Amino acid sequence: MRDIFIQRLTQLAERDSRIMLITGDLGFKVLDNYAARFPKQFLNAGVAEQNMTSVAAGMAMEGYIVFTYSIANFTFMRCLEQIRNDAAYHDCNLNVVSVGGGFSYGALGISHHATEDLSIMRSLPNTTVASPCDDWEAAEITEAVTYTPGVSYLRLDKSSAGNLQLSGEKFEFGKARTVREGTDVTLAATGGILGEVLLAAEELAQQGISARVLSVHTVKPLDVDAFAKASLETGGLITIEEHTIEGGFGGAVAESLLERGTVPKFFHRIGLRAGFSSTVGSQQYLRSVYEMDAKAIVATTLKKLGTRLRRLSKAA
Amino acid sequence: PDLKELARKIRIDALHMTSRGNSSHVGAAFSMADIIAVLYGSVLNVDPKDPRKPDRDRFILSKGHAGAGVYAGLAETGFFPVDWLKTHYQDGSKLSGHVSHKGIPGVELSTGSLGHGLGVGAGMAYAAKLKGETHRTFVLLGDGECDEGSNWEAILFSGHHKLDHLIAIIDYNKIQSLASVEETLALEPFADKFQSFGWNVKEVDGHDHQALQEALTLTASNTGKPTVVLAHTVKGKGVSFMENTVLWHYRSAQGKEFDAALAELEQAA
Repeated sequence: MRDIFIQRLTQLAERDSRIMLITGDLGFKVLDNYAARFPKQFLNAGVAEQNMTSVAAGMAMEGYIVFTYSIANFTFMRCLEQIRNDAAYHDCNLNVVSVGGGFSYGALGISHHATEDLSIMRSLPNTTVASPCDDWEAAEITEAVTYTPGVSYLRLDKSSAGNLQLSGEKFEFGKARTVREGTDVTLAATGGILGEVLLAAEELAQQGISARVLSVHTVKPLDVDAFAKASLETGGLITIEEHTIEGGFGGAVAESLLERGTVPKFFHRIGLRAGFSSTVGSQQYLRSVYEMDAKAIVATTLKKLGTRLRRLSKAA
Repeated sequence: PDLKELARKIRIDALHMTSRGNSSHVGAAFSMADIIAVLYGSVLNVDPKDPRKPDRDRFILSKGHAGAGVYAGLAETGFFPVDWLKTHYQDGSKLSGHVSHKGIPGVELSTGSLGHGLGVGAGMAYAAKLKGETHRTFVLLGDGECDEGSNWEAILFSGHHKLDHLIAIIDYNKIQSLASVEETLALEPFADKFQSFGWNVKEVDGHDHQALQEALTLTASNTGKPTVVLAHTVKGKGVSFMENTVLWHYRSAQGKEFDAALAELEQAA
């Protein structure tokens, strides 16, 4: 997703000289071509994320469309106050790019696990929170946030669900995409973990269960209508995110549906329940340890469906 | 304008505002009152009738807690009616205790959390340099505020990028929230620190209007480096019993104290 982001940003920077990419001294090799082509639209702010973000806000106030770039938590966590006070409160067009959502950098340790970013960033006023699931969404959303006012947080996963664009499909910012039709249950995911969800849906189909799969590229704004529709049409709703279950994607879905009064027959959040992960491992390994890989998604779905079937038969 | 008279009005306004609202930081507003008067009365290229004109000088108050002084300076130089000051710190007002830009002509940046203004100012100055614009960016910081590490990131950045249209002013009154700067986190040798980060350093009496005017005017010798003006000031300046005390960082003048403070400021005319 990182390379796709840079490719699209390069195209955008070519026709819009207001675009400014500021890195916190990360992006070895990845940013070289961009930096060489657009020296006046590139800045390495050094390992100083607070100042990077304040500088970005100052430049945005002077008319630039700014992207701050680093990995995992570094673009938003230490400098959260700069994002809130300097950028969001001042209506700056600042795009905070985090390369490596969730366990993308799993083996590097908890400093590099971006597992609370969605909940933290969605709580700030005047923000958009984007977490593309496939290559096409990563490219399209890069362009969309460029021209979205306020602060946009762009979470770029190391993994991706591939390229799921249907022929002729037009990108609709903020709309959940149905990437697999189904009638028995809905599996809604944000981020590259959608790939696991599609594998799970395939396995469930083998077992005679028809799962609808939603690809959700923005946690804020949230496409509540799509979740309400899925709840009414398929009954059960399971959310999947490589992120803490506290206040993130699943939490946002639950809040919105409950408030709207459209409650699915059953609901479950698949995500990180263990808090910190001190286990070392690749993204794939940690997904299996924390029960959010395809196998675990299948097991959880069967369990939830089974529980519901048992309840129904008792009631009958 | 008569800078002495402007500074006096700023102090009287700030006294009324903090006393009416029973709000803190009158000492901090007094210590920078002369700097604000010199900036708005003589140095800044700004137009109260066109507060967003593109070639204006940018001014950021990074020590946002002294916002009453900036509101007073803006009102007294025609950016908005002096009457607005009566609403400071009151229910429903736009004029918050820490300086805000929302709906207030002339304020570039809302601050209040320390250590933000210089980085934003550096971003503005960097943008201006890229675009070949010649306006200046002024950032006024407190000395206690220099404890914040983010300032030192910005000082490093501005020196590295030779932002010679960026001018930082330190309201160096030697007293912070609970104790003196020296007792809390000593800043000396302060000038040497800036010099070693690649800045021009000027030291002035922060209550001497002519010295401030000279220090805040960029000359050819300032090219290639950002400039810092270490303005040596007295916290609470202008009211004898407020001067050089930690107490008046938080206390607001009420009753007899208010009358005595007002009398001293009015006699200063």
